[in-house]
Amino acid sequence: MSEMRRVTAICNGTAIDHIPSGHALQVLKMLRLDVGRSNPISMVMNVPSGKMGRKDVLKIEDRELNQEELDRLALIAPKASVAIIRNYSVAEKRTIELGSELINIVKCSFSNCITQNNREPLPHKLKIISSEPMEIRCSYCGRNQDVEQIVDFII
Amino acid sequence: MGDLITMDDLTKEEILQILDEANTLLPVARGEIYLPLLQGKVLGNLFFENSTRTRMSFETAMKRLGGEVVNLSSIGSSVAKGETLYDTMQMVEGYSDIAVIRHPNQGAAQYSADSVNIPILNAGDGAGNHPTQTMLDLFTIREAHGNLEGLNVMMVGDLRYGRTTHSLSHALVRFGARLTLVSPDSLRMPTEIVSDLKSQGADINETEEMAESISSADVIYMTRIQKERFPDEDEYNKVAGTYKLAVNDLTEAKSGLIVMHPLPRVNELNTNVDSTKHARYFQQAFNGVPTRMALLCRGLGVKVPKKVK
Repeated sequence: MSEMRRVTAICNGTAIDHIPSGHALQVLKMLRLDVGRSNPISMVMNVPSGKMGRKDVLKIEDRELNQEELDRLALIAPKASVAIIRNYSVAEKRTIELGSELINIVKCSFSNCITQNNREPLPHKLKIISSEPMEIRCSYCGRNQDVEQIVDFII
Repeated sequence: MGDLITMDDLTKEEILQILDEANTLLPVARGEIYLPLLQGKVLGNLFFENSTRTRMSFETAMKRLGGEVVNLSSIGSSVAKGETLYDTMQMVEGYSDIAVIRHPNQGAAQYSADSVNIPILNAGDGAGNHPTQTMLDLFTIREAHGNLEGLNVMMVGDLRYGRTTHSLSHALVRFGARLTLVSPDSLRMPTEIVSDLKSQGADINETEEMAESISSADVIYMTRIQKERFPDEDEYNKVAGTYKLAVNDLTEAKSGLIVMHPLPRVNELNTNVDSTKHARYFQQAFNGVPTRMALLCRGLGVKVPKKVK
């Protein structure tokens, strides 16, 4: 775990390990931690990993991720490991599960989809067709979403 | 329950049952027998996009079965004033027992079905699906070939935006059809549809050449390259007129080949095909009436008798 020493241990918060290399910034955006937050965040990118070759790691201080946030994380880093840290030790390990449907998490990116009208009131719904490779489809228009761009369409 | 949004809403058995019911209803569709199965029922015919055949055949189907029709077109209605589809559907639910919707936005039919409790029949949502057209297409194919199993079907033209081909291909693979998808590269069938079809074991050949497959085809399904779906006219002009089927293309065709087209046609299907034994497109347009009768009955939970007299 030499790569974990690249950043100091946190007292309380959440550590997200095994993020696919180069995706840590997307994870921050997906968790809406990239703007308007005051929590200290440490990030390492492209560090060697026995399991993944290269990986990214995030440590978010004084914040425990909730289930809804973990569901969002699953879209970008389904194999990440999440640990809740309390008083410098791992208090809980949380698993990430990709459900079968994403409700009001991401909008469909297709410009001609009925859900593009912001005034339409029903929730945005996307179906997970397959998790490996990730295939996500709008439940209304049936268009597959570009998984690499999906972070730009979070609600 | 009675919604029909994509062909996935029907099992193979249900498809065959609806086709049988449509067949039973043929004399009613022709006006030879009056059978008021849907008396007292009101159909909301919601066309947010132009239509000739679909709208008229639904209206005829409803009226031949003794029902009433209320129409909405986006021009001159509250839709033009910016009303949401959700709000429009709340109103429609109050005015009708079942609704048929055609809309330029993809997903609008599913959205409508999620907005209200009355049954919704998708009559075309953007470049998405058109399952009631598929039912009349299947009716036409079965009428000509006796059954739907294992046919060689060519689909030609705009397979990217052509919603009729999206729904029809989904249905035909369940009957073991071998599909030859003929289109310019820019108008190929969407990848998610091709991948779905292949995952169901479909035998699919994608090509840009029309001529080479004609001799083995049981069905040629021509489609119009739809100007209205293109983001700009230059892109349309690049592919307009790519495929033109005329009588001299059919010299090597099987004797039982049928040529279909959801219509309207522009120049992709020469009028000299009309007088050949292969032409089925006008019959196909009529078949919209009996099949939509059967679909309206299904939607409203009304049983079609085994025999009508």
